[in-house]
Amino acid sequence: MINPGHGRGPDSGTNSDPFPAGLRVLVVDDDPTCLMILERMLMTCLYRVTKCNRAELALSLLRKNKHGFDIVISDVHMPDMDGFKLLEHVGLEMDLPVIMMSADDSKSVVLKGVTHGAVDYLIKPVRIEALKNIWQHVVRKKRNEWNVSEHSGGSIEDTGGDRDMQQPREDADNNSSSVNEGNWRSSSSRKRKEGEVDDQGDDKEDTSSLKKPRVVWSVELHQQFVAAVNQLGVDKAVPKKILEMMNVPGLTRENVASHLQKYRIYLRRLGGVSQHQGNMNHSFMTGQDPSFGPLSSLNGFDLQALAVVGQLPAQSLAQLQAAGLGRSSLIKPGMSGSPLVDQRSIFNFENPKIRFGDGHGQTINNGNKQMSLLHGVPTGMEPKQFAGSSHMRVQQQMAGMRPGQNVQSSGMMLPLADHLPRGGTSMLSSLGQQQPMFSTSVSRRSDLTGAVRNGIPETNNRVVPATHSVFNNFPADLPHNNFPLASAPGISIPVSASYQEEVNSSDAKGGSSAATAGFGNPSYDIFNDFPQQQQHNSKLNDWDMRNIGLVYSHQDTAAASAGFSTSEAYSSSSMQRKRRETDATVVTAHGQNQQPLSRSLNHLNHVFMDGGSVRVKSERVAETVTCPPATTLFHEQYHQEDLMSALLKQEGIPSADNEFDFDGYSIDNIPV
Amino acid sequence: MQRQVALIKQSLFDQGYLDEQFMELEELQDDANPNFVEEVSALYFKDSARLINNIDQALERGSFDFNRLDSYMHQFKGSSTSIGASKVKAECTKFREYCRAGNAEGCLRTFHQLKKEHSTLRKKLEHYFQLARQAGPKETARRPK
Repeated sequence: MINPGHGRGPDSGTNSDPFPAGLRVLVVDDDPTCLMILERMLMTCLYRVTKCNRAELALSLLRKNKHGFDIVISDVHMPDMDGFKLLEHVGLEMDLPVIMMSADDSKSVVLKGVTHGAVDYLIKPVRIEALKNIWQHVVRKKRNEWNVSEHSGGSIEDTGGDRDMQQPREDADNNSSSVNEGNWRSSSSRKRKEGEVDDQGDDKEDTSSLKKPRVVWSVELHQQFVAAVNQLGVDKAVPKKILEMMNVPGLTRENVASHLQKYRIYLRRLGGVSQHQGNMNHSFMTGQDPSFGPLSSLNGFDLQALAVVGQLPAQSLAQLQAAGLGRSSLIKPGMSGSPLVDQRSIFNFENPKIRFGDGHGQTINNGNKQMSLLHGVPTGMEPKQFAGSSHMRVQQQMAGMRPGQNVQSSGMMLPLADHLPRGGTSMLSSLGQQQPMFSTSVSRRSDLTGAVRNGIPETNNRVVPATHSVFNNFPADLPHNNFPLASAPGISIPVSASYQEEVNSSDAKGGSSAATAGFGNPSYDIFNDFPQQQQHNSKLNDWDMRNIGLVYSHQDTAAASAGFSTSEAYSSSSMQRKRRETDATVVTAHGQNQQPLSRSLNHLNHVFMDGGSVRVKSERVAETVTCPPATTLFHEQYHQEDLMSALLKQEGIPSADNEFDFDGYSIDNIPV
Repeated sequence: MQRQVALIKQSLFDQGYLDEQFMELEELQDDANPNFVEEVSALYFKDSARLINNIDQALERGSFDFNRLDSYMHQFKGSSTSIGASKVKAECTKFREYCRAGNAEGCLRTFHQLKKEHSTLRKKLEHYFQLARQAGPKETARRPK
């Protein structure tokens, strides 16, 4: 495996591994003094340094030499472009590790670095010792990609070639591993580009035997990718299958695997936002009792959380809650009691249709209220995560509930249930419960999906940012992958359909949620298969969900908002997805969307509640599961992308370009 | 001569004009880059002069756009920190605080002080580098590794 030429060799020790010497670093800082000092320091570390004093220039340099660099170090405050924006771009387009630095060491800025996906944050004055170890980020990233590929059944071949990757070796396709190693070594970057391509492309299993350099994930390609993933189910999507479905010549499984990983991270990030929400949901859940009424508060919460996570879901949830519960007593942000509820809410959400139909008439306001409650919930990165996890959890719970529940809801939920034992259930339940509410709130729309859609779109925008941020935090917790949802054949798609539209609209809107949005999710559209068209549907409406999302936005911290938006996004995305997809798809999609939410919710629940809540959830889930709309929820999965955009928006990360191709997602380890 | 140079350097540290960061820079200097520290200093002073100018103009306008001033100062502080100019850095911090408090008077006063420190440091460093060059390259800040 090891490419003899590279000398990496299997630690033969014949020649000391020069690594990390030769690491290709791009340093960006408008301060010439700092730039000069950094350059000198990096050169002393034996790295290959390229300095740049303008962010735009740096980006174009990176774009021109996709594989020309291993890591980027950037200042935060720059006149032509905000450092965080550059960070986002690099993460999405090139998937390179980025280190932020600044003389500003305030917690908020450092946090921002984390949420935007920076692998590290250095405080100026930077000392050479701090730079000596930056190579670890490169290796780590590669390892993660390898891991992802392993999980997905393929070896990920990263252009960087990971030297330490043991996994690749053990993988069936070792070509990549050796290749990677070789690549690394050839850090003489020049060679890397072509040479590495070779290495990478070695995977015979790939459709194309061409060696490919790092693939650029264009909007179209990404959309194809997302479509394939959604069809397969986030949890079940494996690079090989995705590759087959995409049927893009020249694309290797490794490319897909690494992109998938990123995508998951992204979703997780969205989920993370929802986590925050989830926390809130947590409160909801506690407050809720089996009846929908109580759930409403929770649901609202959950919705919010969910929404945050999935952008869509939150909205759905909120609506559900609003619809079902009709109460706005939301949840006190602190409610921690009911992570389960959240899940339930989710369920409700889906189910409302079934159960409540439009009877609820709960107005979205209720949901809104609830949403506002969420605001109270402390946001922060955690929440986001939560959102993601709850979301996921919910989904899992939902999945679990399946047995006794409506197919639809259960279908969707089931997957969730499996994964989220703890919080998931409640979420599901709440979802279910919420659904009714949704209907009501949706009533505006006249159908849940519609409502969801509205809500979602906004959230999506918002959520995206959240997700994005979470993505780093979560270790791929979000079960994007698990989307058992597919099993809810009965789920009515109408909801999803509307959802989709909504989602799209929201995406288009970018941000109904004032606070968080801001994200341009344009890139997220990429994720959504459908979004493109829908994006501009402004069906968006003022769904409660939206409000919910909005409410979240007001959260004190962006994170919180983000979280919310994520959930919302999720909800909305689910909704939308539902629309678009067939049952099967819906289920999957929904599940996917849900997952993040569930995850976050679950997570939240988990946090707040201990096992007890889980139990509660299961009960509730059963109830809610009956709702057919469950499927809709799953659809939302598609909206993850939207969510991501939404989240990103929330975070103020302009996801204007499609290049957002999203790196965000591939976090697989979002801790639930 | 070398001892004199060393003493001067030491006094700069003792008096707080320079801090450890400066030493870090010296560490980076080697035979391949014998005048690194001097080059960086020259660059710093050139760039900071520009910043000072911008701030001067902004203050003269009397409009007191604190955000903008704060932003300039953030930049200034970053450079000063990187080179180890501790007194200058301290003034920068004060200035920023005044900016945040919206205290125009405080800003003006601090800025005046800052310029003074900046100019003093510049002179001292120029003197130091001059001597160091005369004393011979070895002398330049090479801390025993």
